[in-house]
Amino acid sequence: MPTISVNREQLFKCLGKTYTEEEFDALCFDYGLELDEVTSEKELIEKEQGHTKAADGASDAIIYKIEVPANRYDLLCIEGLVQALKVFLQKESAPQYTLLPPGKGDVQEIVMTETTKEIRPFCVGAVLRNIKFTQENYNNFIDLQDKIHSSIGRKRTLVSIGTHDLDTIEGPFVYDAKPPADIKFVALNQEKAFTAPELMELYSKESHLKGYLPIIRDSPVYPIIYDKNGVVLSMPPIINGDHSKIKLTTTNVLIEITATDLTKATVALDTIVAMFSGYCQKPYEIEPVKIIHPDQKRVLTPELSYRSEIVFADHLNKKIGIKISADDVAKLLTKMCLKSEVISQETGEVKVTIPPTRSDVIHACDIIEDVAIAYGYNNIVKTLPRSMTIGSQQKSMKLSERVRIELAAAGFTEALTFSLCSRDDIGKKMRQEGGEMERAAVHIANPKTLEFQVVRTSLIPGLLKTIASNRKMPLPLKLFEIQEVVLKDDKRDTKARNERRIAAVHYNKTPGFEVIHGLLDRLMQILEVKCATGNPSLRDVGYYIRAADDKSYFPGRCAEIVFREEVVGMLGVLHPDVITAFDLVCPAAAMEINFEKFY
Amino acid sequence: MAAENLPELVLKQVDKYESVDSNVLAAVLETDHQNIIGAIKSLQCHEGLVEVEQRCSKKWLLTDEGKQLLREGSYEYNIYKLVPHEGISQARLMKIAINAKIGFSKAMSNKWIRVDKSGNMPMVFRNMEILEDETVKDLDLIQCSKSDLVRDRVLNELKKRKLATEVVMKSLFVKKGEKFTKKLEKPVTDLTTQMIQDYSWQTKNFKDYNYNAMGVFPAAGHLHPLMKVRSAYRQIFLEMGFTEMPTNNFVESAFWNFDALFQPQQHPARDAHDTFFTSNPSISTNLPPTYLERVKAVHSKGGFGSKGYRYDWKVEEAQKNVLRTHTTAVSARMLYMLAQQPVFKPVKYFSIDRVFRNETLDATHLAEFHQVEGVVADRSVTLGDLVGILYEFFHKLGMEKLRFKPAYNPYTEPSMEIFGYHEGLKKWVEIGNSGVFRPEMLRPMGLPEDVNVIAWGLSLERPTMIKLQIDNIRNLVGHKVDLEMVYESPICAMDINM
Repeated sequence: MPTISVNREQLFKCLGKTYTEEEFDALCFDYGLELDEVTSEKELIEKEQGHTKAADGASDAIIYKIEVPANRYDLLCIEGLVQALKVFLQKESAPQYTLLPPGKGDVQEIVMTETTKEIRPFCVGAVLRNIKFTQENYNNFIDLQDKIHSSIGRKRTLVSIGTHDLDTIEGPFVYDAKPPADIKFVALNQEKAFTAPELMELYSKESHLKGYLPIIRDSPVYPIIYDKNGVVLSMPPIINGDHSKIKLTTTNVLIEITATDLTKATVALDTIVAMFSGYCQKPYEIEPVKIIHPDQKRVLTPELSYRSEIVFADHLNKKIGIKISADDVAKLLTKMCLKSEVISQETGEVKVTIPPTRSDVIHACDIIEDVAIAYGYNNIVKTLPRSMTIGSQQKSMKLSERVRIELAAAGFTEALTFSLCSRDDIGKKMRQEGGEMERAAVHIANPKTLEFQVVRTSLIPGLLKTIASNRKMPLPLKLFEIQEVVLKDDKRDTKARNERRIAAVHYNKTPGFEVIHGLLDRLMQILEVKCATGNPSLRDVGYYIRAADDKSYFPGRCAEIVFREEVVGMLGVLHPDVITAFDLVCPAAAMEINFEKFY
Repeated sequence: MAAENLPELVLKQVDKYESVDSNVLAAVLETDHQNIIGAIKSLQCHEGLVEVEQRCSKKWLLTDEGKQLLREGSYEYNIYKLVPHEGISQARLMKIAINAKIGFSKAMSNKWIRVDKSGNMPMVFRNMEILEDETVKDLDLIQCSKSDLVRDRVLNELKKRKLATEVVMKSLFVKKGEKFTKKLEKPVTDLTTQMIQDYSWQTKNFKDYNYNAMGVFPAAGHLHPLMKVRSAYRQIFLEMGFTEMPTNNFVESAFWNFDALFQPQQHPARDAHDTFFTSNPSISTNLPPTYLERVKAVHSKGGFGSKGYRYDWKVEEAQKNVLRTHTTAVSARMLYMLAQQPVFKPVKYFSIDRVFRNETLDATHLAEFHQVEGVVADRSVTLGDLVGILYEFFHKLGMEKLRFKPAYNPYTEPSMEIFGYHEGLKKWVEIGNSGVFRPEMLRPMGLPEDVNVIAWGLSLERPTMIKLQIDNIRNLVGHKVDLEMVYESPICAMDINM
């Protein structure tokens, strides 16, 4: 969820009302915002750097940090937030945005070259004519671009924005992609011209820019926008040119957006112009830019398209579980910036107009949500689904739940360990390096630490680690776990499957093979599996253990668990090297069994 | 005399005399007074057996020197006896007598002897005939506790000479109590098989039980608290008629985990920063082809009344394997299967299982946690039904007051964050998320238009941490858990004092 910081005084001035913190918090809650933090610039600096001169000089005006829904780009600046809340509070109605041709001369043009397809194939633009900047709205304008870059722009990979003082440059503009070495210009706030490779080198040391460099670094061509005189406007998505930078005194702003996703570029441009055209001499009127595609197709941007949807009061009522009239539906939707009018009282038909600022509305269900929000989630009368259903459990869980209790009753304590572990946990430490346990494991491609290299193929390492962190506890330690391991399996669509296991470890001054063996016998007893030891005629239905060799276990103290003549598990005294590898000191006996064979 | 018999011997004496002083008992029973005191104290443990009062008395006792004199005669008498009738030189007398100086001066002051210094050396002569050693006689009286027969002047004299001393004697005066008995039964600690069989319990005295001591904890195994909470949640769902979903697939394709849920391929949740991708096996195959086409269409072009996200949807992205980031991936599989049934049947599903996030770890976030999820699919199920069922669900968890906040989630619309008023913490806490699954998710599966699916989810760890007042998740889950916490954890009935 993105968070925006707004000056409280400015916010209340714009809203035309002073709220207490509780009142404003309640308003946010109803609208689906969250008043996350109440702070000040000074407090923020102090929190980061402690008491410094910077902190002393900073303003202690109250700042509200407000969390906004991730799909509401129109709420990413105070202008949009205030507008939405004022419409919600029915203090004003939503503005109508219009596209206007320029007052004099031709419409500005951006000509795209063929090579841009190789790197950043989309471009849109617009002009904000006769805008009046103040320090406040200028800062907001810059902030909104940052917010759009990080949210819908996915850190400039999808969308990046350049804003320019139109009076310093001359169209038509060219959106080109050139080999890096052929690009040379004075970048924003630089004294002299650098080539693109030089800039990339320069910015690799700047924390706020270096994250964007990989977006184009290895491309044979870099995106570049310049005017008819060859003045560079920007090298998207990295940096603007210094020449055309906007200042407080700028009155005509050219906005260009390059993108790898046209839908997102359109939304980003619509959002910016909608939010800031209010400061133009003719508020909410936007001058379009003509984009000339490599195939000579000409498109006017921004789209700023209004579209309408027809909804029926009855249908909305049915989805939400309320009973309101078409008039009420229209009224509620208008509060949510979705201007609506009733077409027919009889059928309850309502025409809803979706403005360009509400790109989040893509389906009738989004309109339904807005009705529900405006109605008030907490005003909806609670009901219950009418259909009768019979509950049931997964067999594996039903049995596990019962067996867990039995194992605890048998004196063993339930551990709960992680599914993810290091490769060594199931390999080297278990004396199985390169063995089946390691080979069967699913490997994680992007682990942040060694603890998350693989998904475990055995429960025993987790139990041993639990004992290692509980060496202060009195002996014996008797632990068990009924959980799932994950094994590669070509027969599944995902090429992997879970397998439910039961594992137990006995840790004491003596290993206690017989204790673990006894637990197995008890487990079989409660599962009604007969012991076939000494009674071969029961081997088809029962279980027995037979001597086996396994690297994890002490030679001569290891056995396979055989159930219906199939090996389903292993038990024995753990090898001393395993004990040591897990930072343990006492001997231990362990058992692990595939539980799925028993249900 | 064996110490254990002493209390009974004391009782015998008390029986004989009705009441008796401990000093007397010591004398009669010929034992040290301290032993008698011990015996009386042990009798006092038996309520009503004896009445005891403390007494003080003054008594004259001989000093060690006094006792010595009693044995060997007083110094003055010894001097006297050493003086023959014919006399003896003073020098010689002083040489042969013990403590001659004291004896000489005492005998002199008693005028038993006299000194004649007329010759060339002083001679000592008897002055009178003394028949008895008076000092020893007095000492003997004191020794026999008959100091009252000795004149006070003498007593003071003896005290001055450090031969006798007056001491305050504390003693206990013992009388029969109302439950007096001569035969003393030692109280027994516990009832035994033998006592039951020979009926001896009827006559035994039982030692008082110390109700202030802790009991002996049973030797037992223990269930893990988080798993106890899981059982409690399962039970709630089962009580509400929900069917458990099979969640035994930690490895999931991005298709089921994201695409099927109408989560766009550029969504930040699909970043390597948030999701674990698996390198081996790295991709899934056999995604249902017709369904896959419909999912692709709804993302890239829209459909079913939706404008879609309008981007270039790639099957390669959908095939990537991940560790599932939510159990909703399983819900998607289940709803898809439900849609393949010839006739739609309403269902209620639930699951509680592990999910994985490649998040930055802190006190409340681990790379894996348990997600609790409930899903209801029915014709014409409403948002009001979701509110209602959430009230029922959380009521069973001890939460009566709920609030709902609009929220955003890519696959639900409307979406509601659930807040519950925590009576213990006295504040509203976020307890889960809920919503109505988007048509863009349900319709491509083949579910009819009027079938709505409501769902909610929460983590299992958070309510458990609040319940057990654990503030670091590692103290609850994983191998770093303190087993003592596991041993001591309550039954975790969530509806009581949550």
